Amino acid sequence: MFSRTYRAAITLPPLLWVVAFLLVPYALLFCYSFWSVSPSQTIIHAWTLDNYRELLRVNVYLQTLFRSMWIAARVMIFSLLLGYPLAYYLSFHAGARKDLLYQLVIIPLWVSYLVRAYAWKTILGSEGVLNTLLQYVHLTKHPLEFLLYSPFAVVLTLTHIYTPFAFLPIYASLEHIPRNLVEASHDLGASPLQTFWRVIFPLSIPGVLAGATFAFVLSLGDFLAPLLLGGPSGIMISNIVVSLFGAAYNWPLGAAISLCMLLLVVSLLFLSEKLEKRWSFR
Amino acid sequence: MSSAHNSSRWLPWHAIVVFGFLYLPIVTLIIYSFNGSGVGGFPPRNLTLDWYRMLFADDAIWESVLNSVVVAIAAMAISLTFGIPAALALDRANFPGKALFRRLVLLPLILPGIITGLSLLMLFREADVKLSLVTIVLGHGTALISVATTEVFAGLQKLDRAQEEASLDLGANYWQTFWRITIPNLRLSIIGAALLIFTLSMDEIAVSFFLIGRDNTLPLEIWGRLRRGITPEINAISSFIFVFSLIAIVGWYRLRKGAEEPGIAV
Repeated sequence: MFSRTYRAAITLPPLLWVVAFLLVPYALLFCYSFWSVSPSQTIIHAWTLDNYRELLRVNVYLQTLFRSMWIAARVMIFSLLLGYPLAYYLSFHAGARKDLLYQLVIIPLWVSYLVRAYAWKTILGSEGVLNTLLQYVHLTKHPLEFLLYSPFAVVLTLTHIYTPFAFLPIYASLEHIPRNLVEASHDLGASPLQTFWRVIFPLSIPGVLAGATFAFVLSLGDFLAPLLLGGPSGIMISNIVVSLFGAAYNWPLGAAISLCMLLLVVSLLFLSEKLEKRWSFR
Repeated sequence: MSSAHNSSRWLPWHAIVVFGFLYLPIVTLIIYSFNGSGVGGFPPRNLTLDWYRMLFADDAIWESVLNSVVVAIAAMAISLTFGIPAALALDRANFPGKALFRRLVLLPLILPGIITGLSLLMLFREADVKLSLVTIVLGHGTALISVATTEVFAGLQKLDRAQEEASLDLGANYWQTFWRITIPNLRLSIIGAALLIFTLSMDEIAVSFFLIGRDNTLPLEIWGRLRRGITPEINAISSFIFVFSLIAIVGWYRLRKGAEEPGIAV
């Protein structure tokens, strides 16, 4: 029903824009990772594998990458542990309060990410709300130092930020489960626990995968929470990239690290998409 | 549902704990914006409005707020201008590379902001473009096309094509049909996308971090202050903006209520 001109008119403008401002920049990232920087700090546009050699030679890069993945994995697990039961409760047991509670999960997303990270800093610091509260009620005598400037603080903050992101797709997948399937399971004599594990949970797996991917991928690339709350032991891979693009001034090396991150993220997205397809019914 | 099952007993408690966790920092933030003796310290003492007074007299903050609003509106215009046709194209056109195009458009939604920010920084460097609010607008506008496209695409799935066909049969051209039938029918999705883009742009920091010129956006202004040492003035501006967004959400929810099922496109 749509003419060729119409189809060209809706396709070409976004296509050109996206090529210019997404495809070309990502391609540049690729190119930069094979370039180098001269001692006088100009970019040398000649192909070399030096940046990748450097990544494998200096331990700190891979170590930091693995630490970031470990932090992201913990964030993912905690977000699912907090998000899944909440989504299940809202979808199956909350009754009339469902809509209100759903909005209550969304509202924190409207508070700036930076502001929430900052709020955790004021809570966890050695002069912070939590430590002074503990001393006020005489539970501790000295501030607990591990609370702030530690991987713990980063995991806590990122879990706080990504729990709603894990919740949303899980909730959506639970809401799409036809209720007569659940009733049929009950009628056929399955206990609630059996119904959950044999009917509800398998059908919610695509949502769990989407939520897990969101939490993992977005925390993996985070650099603000570690800068604000991580301290030296909470440095993540993106912090290294930031410093390479700033004071350290080695864009090509920074680009090589970013490209590795990009490839890691894209393969995870691909994997999770494949798994989601396998687990979705219809 | 059998309520005798014991899971229905611990689930509400779990929900209370999660809500406590989600709201603890927000509540703390607001309480300490009235605290006379600094950002921490229990119990809060010397309740005061001084931080708000200081905030309203703080020109640098309001300048950055204004910058952020201008950036968000411009980004919204770019994202909608390209995101709406992109959704239409994904829905109704077939062209080589369509699958790649779809992935590319949606990528900034899930990709850590740092990668998009850096890639654009390299583009602007190679093209010799000076960093300013304009580069931030281009960054936000491009990254948030993904939001416009997902929202509008979801709206298109529910759209009845018969109306458009009727309009074309009755002699309207594509241009007229687009403005008189397609766009009005997608009204809710478009307003939803616009609000979401506005909010996300106002809060965006990872992309802006790399594309910033001389003028700060609000999150970058806050970021700069956090590094210099923190005062409850930051609590005050945050609480102020929170209340402001809350009003926007309630307004939007009223508008959307009864129109369709809730959901942020993810």
